[in-house]
Amino acid sequence: MAKTAVTAERVGKLYRLGNTQDTLARTLADALMRSARGKDRKAQELWALDDVSFEVAEGEVIGIIGRNGAGKSTLLKLLSRLTEPTRGRITVEGKVGSLLEIGTGFHPELTGRDNIYLNGTILGMSRADVSRRFDEIVEFAEIDRFLDTPVKRYSSGMYVRLAFAVAAHLESEILIVDEVLAVGDVAFQRKCLGRMGQVANEGRTVLFVSHNLAAIKSLCTRALLLQDGKLVADGPVEDTVTRYLDLTWPLSSDGTVAESAARIGTGDAFLRQVRITDDSGKHIERVFLGQPFRVTCLYEVRKRLTDVVLEVGISTPDGIRLATALSSDGGGPLMQLEPGMHEITAELDLALLPHPQYVVDVAMHLLSGLTVDWVERAVQFAALNVAERGADTYPWHTVRGYVRPKARWFAPAPVRK
Amino acid sequence: MSTQAAVARSTRTSLVIEPTSGWRALKLGELWLYRDLFWLLSWRDVRVRYRQTVLGVGWAVLQPLVTILVFSLVFGRLAKVPSDGAPYPAFTYSALLPWTLFSTALTRQAISLVSNSALLSKVYFPRLLLPLGSVLTALVDFAISLVILLALLAWYHIVPSPAVLFLPIFAAYALVASWAIGIWMAALNVRYRDVNFALPFLVQIGLFISPVVYGVSLVPSQFRVLYDLNPMTLVIQGFRWGLIGDAPPTPLMLISIPVVLLLLVSGVFYFRRTERFFADII
Repeated sequence: MAKTAVTAERVGKLYRLGNTQDTLARTLADALMRSARGKDRKAQELWALDDVSFEVAEGEVIGIIGRNGAGKSTLLKLLSRLTEPTRGRITVEGKVGSLLEIGTGFHPELTGRDNIYLNGTILGMSRADVSRRFDEIVEFAEIDRFLDTPVKRYSSGMYVRLAFAVAAHLESEILIVDEVLAVGDVAFQRKCLGRMGQVANEGRTVLFVSHNLAAIKSLCTRALLLQDGKLVADGPVEDTVTRYLDLTWPLSSDGTVAESAARIGTGDAFLRQVRITDDSGKHIERVFLGQPFRVTCLYEVRKRLTDVVLEVGISTPDGIRLATALSSDGGGPLMQLEPGMHEITAELDLALLPHPQYVVDVAMHLLSGLTVDWVERAVQFAALNVAERGADTYPWHTVRGYVRPKARWFAPAPVRK
Repeated sequence: MSTQAAVARSTRTSLVIEPTSGWRALKLGELWLYRDLFWLLSWRDVRVRYRQTVLGVGWAVLQPLVTILVFSLVFGRLAKVPSDGAPYPAFTYSALLPWTLFSTALTRQAISLVSNSALLSKVYFPRLLLPLGSVLTALVDFAISLVILLALLAWYHIVPSPAVLFLPIFAAYALVASWAIGIWMAALNVRYRDVNFALPFLVQIGLFISPVVYGVSLVPSQFRVLYDLNPMTLVIQGFRWGLIGDAPPTPLMLISIPVVLLLLVSGVFYFRRTERFFADII
């Protein structure tokens, strides 16, 4: 069993809302008021973190997810010693490096070279550490020609690359990272992710906050989910991400779509319900391995619509679209809809690999390109690891990928008969 | 894994983050661990001080020169303030030099936390580094002004007395005095931006309750004790003693020392007490 790197025990952080901009006069006035009335405003308090406990083993890479305001940043602030908890206790074993922002302390008037030293020292390296890794940093940032130019003359891309490069060469045993990967162009983002993966493989402990669920999934083995300051999930990253998505976009079990659901469109038609059925029309929540299934959409049409195209999309829970079917595909007919309730069904022969959750996005467009109604994550279903009949079971526990293509194999003749 | 990392791992530290209340230990030893950062932050301030100005360091020369000119005209010529026998420009500049050191150091300390708020809210380091380090720019300006002063003395054929050897001690005392007030101001400024308005005003008044444009001999004897509580009285008299051969500081002027020490120690404790919330309220 690995040693523990971080232990948080019942940690809470209270913030007072409202007039944080104190002035001397206000403080004096408040003191007078308080002695006159007894108690002061108690309602304006917020527990940014409330009774949060968890442990992180040495070498573990942990993702922290949650919506804005869930308490992620507060947790990182506490771990970075920027502020104290109001309750509870955090124990940290080892040297901590925090990257709550990249380029902290960069001075625009100083050159790239000067800023590497300045920023590195601010992040907790000694001057000797920076000197030793200087060439690596410059190489990673790809700015060697501009080393002696003040960073205020850098393009924003160069600036960000330099800032990340310094941060990426921190040598602390525990690394706390807040959403710093969402910078730079795609190539550089990939490089940053690669570097993060490398850090994780070096056996260092990483606590990583991001809204990029794909990054969290690829880097972390475990994830914590915060909501309104409370820790609501702590477990394998897949489970926590799924839980997060369920909390963020709740799915109704019978596929009813509320009018208030997040939707985009002209509003001339509203999706009311989406059901997954088998080819005989029977409602199902799980699709057998290789089984064709139907997506039935109930629309309330409010205005006569012509040249309608329906779109059904199958996505992973974290929003990666796997397949899209359009009713106009292959010269399919354009629909004409009168006001009233209409049911439209698509049958999909889509060989999905077994996963506990797939979601269905449904949209109605007009041929002109106008979107009438677009609902993401309208309903969910699971793809099973067993076929409806026969022994076509997928034999492995963990499945990579989502789609089972129809494949033909050309292999050498068997050696043994 | 490099040997360095292995060493770091074997000497790992365990850190406990929990609520504290009331007064806290000063942990001055931690400042030593962060000495590299201390130097880089101070050096940064010096490096960027005169960037993108036409005159550059010329400002450090021009400001005192113009000030002496104005003071000499207004106080020396018009008001005919006695200058203890020395030429008035040398008399006032030997006082203006340590006064500027003190007031620049103080002003820079007062804004040191607020102007680095981005740093405070993103990175941990002993916050005391910021006010402590912000005196370095004042020292650089001081060094430049000192050269001008020596030129001025040569112009008037004034030879400094042997007491000039004590000058570093008086200069150091001016810095300690600036810390005594500056650390309080820096911490208070985080919560109460009133400091930004009050301080320039106080510095201006300080110029006149210190013997800068006039000599100590002009102060009525019944106010002397009160007057000598001002640490700059001692510093300025020390400078005049060494540079223009004025009378040495009187023993009574030493009474400012306990006051400065009291302010300094209480200031550091107050700073440590409030620093845990700097990131929340700045």
